[in-house]
Amino acid sequence: MMRCPEFRYHAAKTVEEAASVLADHGPKAMLLAGGTDVVPNLKRRQHRPEVLVSLRRIPGFAGISIGGDGAAVIGPGTTLADLALDGRVAAEWPGLSRAVGSIASPLIRATATLGGNLCLDTRCNYYNQNYEWRQSIRFCMKAPAPHGSALTEDAGGSVCWVAPASPRCWAVSSTDGGPMLAALGATVELRSKARGKRDIAVADLYNDDGMLFLKKAPDEVVTRVRVPRAAGQKSAYWKLRRRGSFDFPVLSVAAAATFSKSGEVTDARVVLGAVASMPLVLAESASLVGKSLTDDVIAEFAGAASRHAKPMDNTDFQTAWRRKVTAEFLTGALRELRGDDPRTMGQLGRRVARGASCLG
Amino acid sequence: MSTPDNLRVIGKARRRIDGRAMVLGQTQFADDLSFPRMLHCRLVRSTVPHATIRAIHTGRALAAKGVKAILTGDHFPIPYGILPVSQDEHPLCRGRVRMVGDPVAAVIATTEEEAIEGALLVEVELEPLRTISDPLDALDHPEPRIHDYGDVGNVHKKVAMEFGEIDAALAGADRVFEDVFFYAGNTHLALEQHATVGLVEPDGKLCVWSSTQTPHYVHRALAKALEIPPHLIRVVACHNGGGFGGKSDPFNHEIVVAKAAMLTGRPVKICLTREEVFYCHRGRHPVLMRMKTGVKKDGTIVGMDLETLLDGGAYGSYGVASTFYTGALQTVTYAIPKYRFRGCRVFTNKPPCGPKRGHGTPQPRFGQEVQLDKIAVSLGIDPADLRLKQLAPANSFTANWMRIGTSGLRACIESVVERSGWRERRGRLGPGHGMGLAVSTYLSGAGLPIYWNDLPHSGVQLQFDRSGGVTAFCGAAEIGQGSDDVLAAMVAEVLGLTTHDIRVVTGDTSMTPVDLGSYSSRVTLMMGNAAIQAAERGRDLIASAVARKLDLPADRLVFAGGRVFDAQDPDKGVSFQDAVILGEALHGTLGTTGSYKPPPSPARYKGGGVGPSPAYSFTAAVVEVDVDPRTCWLEVTKVWIAHDIGRVLNPILARGQVEGSVYMGLGEALMEEQAMRRLPANLSGALVHKMPSMLEYKSPTTLEMPPVDTVFIEDPDPNGPYGAKEVGQGPLLPMPPAVANAVFDAVGVRVDETPITPEKIAKAIWERDHGRDPRCGPASFPSIDWPEASKVRTPAEGGDGTASNEKPRKSKLLASGFRLAPGSPGAKVEGVQS
Repeated sequence: MMRCPEFRYHAAKTVEEAASVLADHGPKAMLLAGGTDVVPNLKRRQHRPEVLVSLRRIPGFAGISIGGDGAAVIGPGTTLADLALDGRVAAEWPGLSRAVGSIASPLIRATATLGGNLCLDTRCNYYNQNYEWRQSIRFCMKAPAPHGSALTEDAGGSVCWVAPASPRCWAVSSTDGGPMLAALGATVELRSKARGKRDIAVADLYNDDGMLFLKKAPDEVVTRVRVPRAAGQKSAYWKLRRRGSFDFPVLSVAAAATFSKSGEVTDARVVLGAVASMPLVLAESASLVGKSLTDDVIAEFAGAASRHAKPMDNTDFQTAWRRKVTAEFLTGALRELRGDDPRTMGQLGRRVARGASCLG
Repeated sequence: MSTPDNLRVIGKARRRIDGRAMVLGQTQFADDLSFPRMLHCRLVRSTVPHATIRAIHTGRALAAKGVKAILTGDHFPIPYGILPVSQDEHPLCRGRVRMVGDPVAAVIATTEEEAIEGALLVEVELEPLRTISDPLDALDHPEPRIHDYGDVGNVHKKVAMEFGEIDAALAGADRVFEDVFFYAGNTHLALEQHATVGLVEPDGKLCVWSSTQTPHYVHRALAKALEIPPHLIRVVACHNGGGFGGKSDPFNHEIVVAKAAMLTGRPVKICLTREEVFYCHRGRHPVLMRMKTGVKKDGTIVGMDLETLLDGGAYGSYGVASTFYTGALQTVTYAIPKYRFRGCRVFTNKPPCGPKRGHGTPQPRFGQEVQLDKIAVSLGIDPADLRLKQLAPANSFTANWMRIGTSGLRACIESVVERSGWRERRGRLGPGHGMGLAVSTYLSGAGLPIYWNDLPHSGVQLQFDRSGGVTAFCGAAEIGQGSDDVLAAMVAEVLGLTTHDIRVVTGDTSMTPVDLGSYSSRVTLMMGNAAIQAAERGRDLIASAVARKLDLPADRLVFAGGRVFDAQDPDKGVSFQDAVILGEALHGTLGTTGSYKPPPSPARYKGGGVGPSPAYSFTAAVVEVDVDPRTCWLEVTKVWIAHDIGRVLNPILARGQVEGSVYMGLGEALMEEQAMRRLPANLSGALVHKMPSMLEYKSPTTLEMPPVDTVFIEDPDPNGPYGAKEVGQGPLLPMPPAVANAVFDAVGVRVDETPITPEKIAKAIWERDHGRDPRCGPASFPSIDWPEASKVRTPAEGGDGTASNEKPRKSKLLASGFRLAPGSPGAKVEGVQS
């Protein structure tokens, strides 16, 4: 079987301790939460850290509480299973329950954490491969040949095989939590030894770059996720993947909106996931404000917004088809926001609803 | 004595004998094995698809921590391969690598981690050769040759055979339908990765524990490649965590760890990574096929002309047999009076293809069943009726001389038509909803072994001891299908015991009589018949002793309920244990044997050795689909299936085999594909497996599995044990064509290739909406320079099973490892060994 390379394991007991180890070791240290993504990547030699800093022993790092203002404060160490099954979250932010409940499989959700999903490494089927496989393609810019390897001199570690003429990496943002939390206006608290605490909106957490995909600095630890409560807010999450479990998204629509008493949108944020190196917060969302979500309004929005989906050939499915169905997913999510039951929305809606019914 | 009308074990739903251990985690798979002082092996594999090996530098690796030895091709001068005609593999490559993943060196170290790190330090200098990437490339580029044997250039094998005047038959047909289909390659995806431990046992003999379906063939390959007399080698097949054909070849890693154990004097273990399993492959051949079928106005088939082109990958494996299989069974479901089949397998620089569940037959079955659907639609005939009117009859010979015994195919079709509401519901399900039907047949064991010999295909030995215990020994490999349970059931039925009274020892070449292995759905029929023979012999020995004791004629004794008693006075009898003691007192130590060899086949033309079977199973299926009109997403919502199994031995296991086959067939129909990836040619010559992982090689989960309504048709076959036929493979075959036919019924377009994805349905609809042929599939079949066909007159034409233009041929005995006893017949039915 595949085995991890050697590393030193540091189980931090406080956030300060974790941040201190990160500061001391720089890029040679990595954070470890649930490990469901980091460990496979270690085995494939995508990362070769000297120190892994585990966050799991930090008291209070996991847990969900609802504050006096109605906002949810979620510890980044909270498992996806605990979050997906939380009744308070499901009642107030159903899109978040569905997004998190759709990640991977029940066994992985029992271990994987929300913080880990927010910081999930971008994915690409030229990158998520064994060391030997990547040797066969002479590596890529996201994971070049390691220094000291016999291959260093002749390895093609400066290319993005998805778009060989491109100066940047096109690996895909594959987090489900990220788009949904961005749509819900959530913020995360980051802490580092050098700069202390700061808050950043999830919508601002990402860069559109497959390698430098996080605005979180390498020495920062995610210490808290805060999801604000907005009265009357509706949320929905529609995810495309080949199978009803296991698979990362290859397209997702995270949508949240509030409505006036007469049914007009008072605030809306729609985010496309898994079609770029970051969740795409759609500028068109603002155009929904003041309108009722009629079929015409939804169709116009879906047509305009789906143009932002420019999937590349580095995940599952053919890109042309993925682009083509984006409007259908946007339409479904917006119809759900206005109150349509997804189970009445044909086969696609039934599949989305079924995903939500097998949480846990 | 128990008769088929009075069965106590057979046909009853029972817990399998190894079920408890599996549920409790006691079952020892090969990777569970650990021995004192055991070393670990890691293979260094080629990262280039086609290259000459210039040098292998092992110095840095040998100096690394924990590394004990490094092996290269220099250690393995002798080639091996599963078929005598394709001895084209070396445990480690010598001089040439033929695909990414070809093993070049083996690093043996104290821990697995050290073996992995050591392997990263081995430097292999490769001089790239032109990559042959697909069949058209192989046909167009005879050079560089991937192998220095085969028919010509990069063509491994061409075969051609003709049964009756096919051209005249097609010329005289009212309509001739010509279609080109493509069936994608896919892999077995057994949950257990291959693992092997090699060690030298205390008596100095070599022992290899392995996850293999064919310990006997591994035994032969080890003897040949390592140049060791076979009686000094023991191969033990561990319980397999699934096989499906993927553990039927002898593998390079098995031979490497055996050699490493001999060199180091310590046990050596390897467990492949999932990626390496994708390189072992031996999965479904991608097959392009052209099918020409002539029919009368009423749909009666007058002849079929089939051409197939197989992408074989880098090695021979079972490929010659696979090629013949793509043409073997078309005639077994329908009466096809004239038939021509031509097949061609090419070498390419990709993981080698071989046998996967249905071996070579699902691909042409897909084409045949989809084409019949097209014919039915075109002629305005119900597809079920079109089939029912021309089924190949029971107890008949086909045009290509396959002998059909029992056939429950009519009952299978009628069953699924009835249960699915086919006649009332089809065409009335509303837009996007459709139903499709397809049928199939499969062998209950191949009529011939892999290598020529005149010996039994399966042997069973029974030991009776004074405790009343019965131990059954057989070389069959338990691969999860329940063969151990079948063995116990046969013996228990005959001796009036329960399966849990029987102890079984299987798949150990030093302890058990040879069984050829768990492939071609042969074990239940062949091992079962051998087991019955052994058990009946034991029963007769014991009965004679009990009869003497009770002063009764032996034929009045009944073996049932753990007793042996008088049929006319059941109180008069003895316990089974006492009966065994009486038997031992009378006869001495009690043991019996049984063996089985299939009946000879009348197909005596070249290639006629592939296809004959003691009994054929038959299957019919209807599937219902839901195609989303906007995204073209395809969901299979229900499956009705009926399988002619002859007799159900254990309903729980039989149903599991059907549902598992449906599941695997749907995977092939909907999403599975052994896809390869080329990089931009100006930048890289790489040809890699696109997604060698269980996450990205998409196979359905339980959430994609529709409800399956299963019915067994029981029409006991005289050649089967208690009438049983196979169930492990046949039910897979109708699934892909039934899905394709249902998609047509739902949305009116054809997808003439697998997998049938939303993108392809969308493309076919786009073609239709733009006034073009409403289909998605291959455009053409290449022109192939076929050899002259073997001309065989059909049974109806008064033929005798030989080809008029072939000399009677002697089987060439390409002995590899074992020598046969003097006097073994040289010329009999010819098969793949010729």
